[in-house]
Amino acid sequence: MTERLDGPQASGGGETSAAGASPGRTDPPEKTPTESTATESTATEPTPAGTTPSEKPRTGRVRARLGPSPTLAVLFLLPALLLLGVWMVYPVIYSIFRSLYDASGERFVGLGNYASIFTDSATLTTIRNNIIWVVVAPLVVTVLGLIFAVLTERIRWATAFKLVLFMPMAVSLLAAGVIFRLVYEQDPDKGVANAVLTTVHDTFSSSQGYPGARPRDNDQAPAVAQEDGTVTLRRPAELGQTVLIPLVGLPPDSVKDATPAKPAAATPGDGIGGTVWLDVVRGGGGTVNQVDAQEKGLEGVTVEAVSGGQVKATTETAADGTFRFTGLPAGSYTVRLPQSNFAAPFNGLTWLGPTLITPAIIGAYIWVWAGFAMVLIAAGLSAVPRDALEAARIDGATEWQVFRRITVPLLSPVLLVVFVTMIINVLKVFDLVFIIAPGSVQPNANVIALEMWRVSFGGGNNQGLGSALAIFLLVLVVPFMIFNIRRFRRDDR
Amino acid sequence: MTTLAAEPRQAAAGIERGLAGRIVDRIGGGVIQVFLVLVAVFWLVPTLGLLIVSMRDETANNSSGWWTLFTKPAEITFENYSNLLASGFTSSFWNTVLITVPATLLIIAIAAMAAYAFAWIEFPGRDTIFLLVIALLVVPIQIALIPIAKLYGTLEIFGSIVSVVLFHVAFGLPFAIFLLRNFFVGIPRELLEAARMDGAPEWRIFATVVFPLAKPAVASLGIFQFLWVWNDLLVALVFADSGNQPMTKALQSQMRQFGTNVDILAPGAFLSLIIPLVLFFAFQRYFVQGLLAGSVK
Repeated sequence: MTERLDGPQASGGGETSAAGASPGRTDPPEKTPTESTATESTATEPTPAGTTPSEKPRTGRVRARLGPSPTLAVLFLLPALLLLGVWMVYPVIYSIFRSLYDASGERFVGLGNYASIFTDSATLTTIRNNIIWVVVAPLVVTVLGLIFAVLTERIRWATAFKLVLFMPMAVSLLAAGVIFRLVYEQDPDKGVANAVLTTVHDTFSSSQGYPGARPRDNDQAPAVAQEDGTVTLRRPAELGQTVLIPLVGLPPDSVKDATPAKPAAATPGDGIGGTVWLDVVRGGGGTVNQVDAQEKGLEGVTVEAVSGGQVKATTETAADGTFRFTGLPAGSYTVRLPQSNFAAPFNGLTWLGPTLITPAIIGAYIWVWAGFAMVLIAAGLSAVPRDALEAARIDGATEWQVFRRITVPLLSPVLLVVFVTMIINVLKVFDLVFIIAPGSVQPNANVIALEMWRVSFGGGNNQGLGSALAIFLLVLVVPFMIFNIRRFRRDDR
Repeated sequence: MTTLAAEPRQAAAGIERGLAGRIVDRIGGGVIQVFLVLVAVFWLVPTLGLLIVSMRDETANNSSGWWTLFTKPAEITFENYSNLLASGFTSSFWNTVLITVPATLLIIAIAAMAAYAFAWIEFPGRDTIFLLVIALLVVPIQIALIPIAKLYGTLEIFGSIVSVVLFHVAFGLPFAIFLLRNFFVGIPRELLEAARMDGAPEWRIFATVVFPLAKPAVASLGIFQFLWVWNDLLVALVFADSGNQPMTKALQSQMRQFGTNVDILAPGAFLSLIIPLVLFFAFQRYFVQGLLAGSVK
């Protein structure tokens, strides 16, 4: 306080008498523009006068009181304080009270709404999802931002790269949501994510299935499809027998290059032979349930011989559709084609299904925010003293050691800020979940901020619970509020 | 080489690094380039997908992936866009403008005044109030939805554009005040003192000395708030009724039948992001400055 009172203020020679007034004295004697603002000024300054001087020397920004009176400050502050008071402070107080009442707002339920947050399975899912979000997203975003920031230092097109990564920040989360709904489209012919996955998958594996293939659906057909998709012969096969397993349901064109089917050769006494083929002639004709000349064998179909509920032997069909079991113990066998033969080919992942939805949305979130992290960290990086890095390199440190032991520690304040900003942001995540998760999957992807909207406005119509959720959300960000304040007080010194 | 290096270890280590290190750098540099190109492609493809989907008709989008457009560019059509504009989407575009522009201007004006007071006018409790503003920085919007909906109901402005604008202004203020105050504090005090000694009234000092000097900060703030309000969904969802809804809410209402509405959603989403994107590229310097000022001091 003394530090502030002497100094420039003396030389300033205040043009108004208020210049000499210490901020400790809340009631400067000088004339005020209007009496009403004077009274308001005391109303808007709830701080005990004693605390102010103790903080003033520390900030040390303004040493002199030249000119304007505190009442003038009220005029400048009034619109802002009015808006902040009505739209932010009052709602906090109101919500605290409202959260203690039931849906209609008439009956006092105490902490009942808070209890239901922690007992209701729907809200517990939101909490679980928020935990996943908080654990995964900020860390990944920060690490990616760090990697990109460090690597872009070594390329010439760093600015272009940064613009590309930063661009999603300008796009609304709704648009980002639409963008990723398209990316995550299930059909590999529409969604680019699954298109890439299936392309990669098909390059490395050549599993050949016949999705859609099935026996004829009538009593004459020798085979019948079971509930689980397995195709089983109606009659058990005896040793030495050959069987026919005609299938339909595939377009003849899909196998037009395959080898023509032929009946299996007679088998010795300890085996069972047979043929699996597409019992359809292109353009019609042919005999049903008989192998005709133009009909094609189905290659690579898995065939099982089952006896007493157990699979005794497994084989695969040859190019002409024939198969043969040999060396079977005596008895009769059920010959069947397991469901795997008819499974759809790998179609990518069900991104928007219940299991993958949260990771999928986090992916979209990372797409939006990695650029933000990168830009902040790159700015921090440019402030890292080059000679510290060079000195370490000259001492023989590897790039990794330089990065690990010097760059990261020097960057840690920035990394912390990015990380904390992301946590605050992630706690409030709403739009992306709301837009990307399809309606039926939304309960699985739900997060607190979305649930708050849902129960209060989106059909739930329970503003008691909604208020409790809002307060819960507020409580979650309070530690970061304190973090911000402490950081500010430290930096502003 | 290594055996020789055994004796004068330090020097040899340096030479070895010089040779091997350069080779490693060359190879590593190539790997980094490739990696970063892949990352950039990864970041561009989703948006490119949206653009192309928005320029193919429904049958084309249903029958094949958007990337097949490169083999048959004749598929490009602006039909989706003309259909969308004919369907009344333009009114929600104007609602977005009517919400965003006033909200941005109001935030700048109100926050600049408050920031000026926090930076250059002494009054009791100033630091405490400013810390309160910082505390409000992280308050979630959700906290105000129910109380303000009720308040708007009482005031009978629920659903109006004004109600949405005021909500945005209030929730934009903490950041705006914080950003501008930090900038104002850095203005040389001699400038202000000179003006004050000349007897200029405080509002004129604010308007003619401080505010013009703060142009970069105001630009940062302006672009930030513009994007924030333009891109908002939640506030509009709660407070804007269907006649006053911005693009985000109009599009959101089409999400339920995503599959069949792609021909509306894709061009709509692209139209909604084109203005922010242009602004972003035009003012990205200020955007980054604002980001740095707001987060890292």
